[in-house]
Amino acid sequence: MGIGEILPLLQTALELGLISALTVLALYLSYTMLNVCDLSTDGCFTMGATVGAVVAISGHPYLSIPAAMAAGVVSGFIVALLQTKMGVESLLAGIIVNTAWYSINIAIMGNSSLLNMNKTETVFTQLKEILDGTFLGSAYKLIIAAVAVILVVVFLAFFLRTRLGLAIRATGNNPDMVKSSSINPAFTTIVGLCIANAFTALSGCLLAQSQKSVNIDIGSGMVTIALASLLIGQALVSKGGITAKACGAVAGAFVFRLVYTIALRFNLPAYMLKFVSSVIVIIAISGPYFKTRLPLIKRSMGLKRRPDGGSEGNGHA
Amino acid sequence: MLNISEISKTFNPGTVNAKLVLDKLDLKVEDGEFVTIIGANGAGKSTLFNAISGNFITDSGRIELDGEDITLAPEYVRARKIGRLFQDPMRGTAAGMTIEENLMLAAGRGGWLSHMTKEQRDEFREILSKLNMGLEDRMKQPMGLLSGGQRQAVTLLMATINPPSLLLLDEHTAALDPAAADKVLEITEDVVKKERLTCLMITHNMQSALTLGTRTLMMDHGKIILDVSGKERESMTVQDLLDRFKDIAGRTLDNDRMLLDKDA
Repeated sequence: MGIGEILPLLQTALELGLISALTVLALYLSYTMLNVCDLSTDGCFTMGATVGAVVAISGHPYLSIPAAMAAGVVSGFIVALLQTKMGVESLLAGIIVNTAWYSINIAIMGNSSLLNMNKTETVFTQLKEILDGTFLGSAYKLIIAAVAVILVVVFLAFFLRTRLGLAIRATGNNPDMVKSSSINPAFTTIVGLCIANAFTALSGCLLAQSQKSVNIDIGSGMVTIALASLLIGQALVSKGGITAKACGAVAGAFVFRLVYTIALRFNLPAYMLKFVSSVIVIIAISGPYFKTRLPLIKRSMGLKRRPDGGSEGNGHA
Repeated sequence: MLNISEISKTFNPGTVNAKLVLDKLDLKVEDGEFVTIIGANGAGKSTLFNAISGNFITDSGRIELDGEDITLAPEYVRARKIGRLFQDPMRGTAAGMTIEENLMLAAGRGGWLSHMTKEQRDEFREILSKLNMGLEDRMKQPMGLLSGGQRQAVTLLMATINPPSLLLLDEHTAALDPAAADKVLEITEDVVKKERLTCLMITHNMQSALTLGTRTLMMDHGKIILDVSGKERESMTVQDLLDRFKDIAGRTLDNDRMLLDKDA
């Protein structure tokens, strides 16, 4: 494989990695900070894609982005409302909303499960025109994705140090302490999920526009892929402040895509993406668990190996 | 002033496990009083605190604080006026956040989107330095790295950084080693005296129940069965307290952690 082949591969991995990094950053806020595993991520991602596509197709390439993010806020608000004010279990709230959004997303696309944006003006086509002929001509996707990620990271670095941001972090850490600081944890959960889902929807919107099409399955499995990326990121950057960890999450998204892109080169079928992401999540979560169990496993295996009553002190064990 | 009238609470009502934990309890605490509370296991001491702080809403009765009816107010609203410390030092602080971030949340000053200012940081450094634990040089370290005694001391600062109308101490030194317990108790007395706080303290140490504060309550079966203060209390010994319990409750005081010994 020559350098001429590797560079485009790397660029694609970087583009897709950065776009999905927005969802990873959303989970960084909801899963790592707020300690809520938001299973509505898939539906919200698709909703961002469909809303963004519909608005762009109607002739508003720039408006499509805030529109998609607003849809994400609404989605996050409903998930948060279900779990904080209506007694629905957190995981279940996500699953229910995810299911409901399947219908809503088809409705948004006008009773269709597929929208084509081949001739649609989007932020990507606009930037492509501007950069056409310059040395950055082929990097327009990368630039938009990178700008979005940088803006979100800067926002998080700012926001998570404000009083509201601290309250959101404390809600995931110790909800009792939030209450005793006279802050309603329901409020912080709602705000946190609204913001996180705005990023998820932005991620979906940009993916759809960069690949010039949306189908109803665009977001399926996204929560696992993003979780895998997030956990890789945590392994990469385990120490440091919240900003360093946010950058780690972005790096995790890129590494995940890179590994996947390389795997594709070695003839791994494309449909294995979701399986691989599931395995990564299982390893990342079960690994530390088995590490704590290891001494016990070792001891019980040691006992089984000595059926003749050999004692630990005789030196033959 | 805290004014509790006839509050009752039954857990698991209508089942075989129904238990009356607060039984038409009345209690009036004047501003600046420091009340110690003792009682057997399950007497309803922590339950009384839970009722006051809004952890649950009572079945009946009325709770007033500073003339304001808080009977139905949610916990986080009451927390503006009530500070509370638990036995478990982990409960009052967020382990994953730094000392100064914990203090900033407790202080609750500035708008939602405000950052920590230099003035705030200086203020936190100053109050931390008064603990004499060297925490003023560790403000950027996560709370989780602190010992139990240090965490409880910081929790006490957090609960009193905006002087509350009522401070509830629920055996807040019981999980600490003796040296740390003494230190935290000393800090407690200092801050209560300095801010002239109204304070209720549950303790299992009979001696400190009599020596600390200005008034002692004894609880049993969801009621206050003994309420002593002033001269009567000053002359009381631990043995008197035990005898009085036996007279009123008809059995000996039984608490698996009760410290009867003066030196304990």
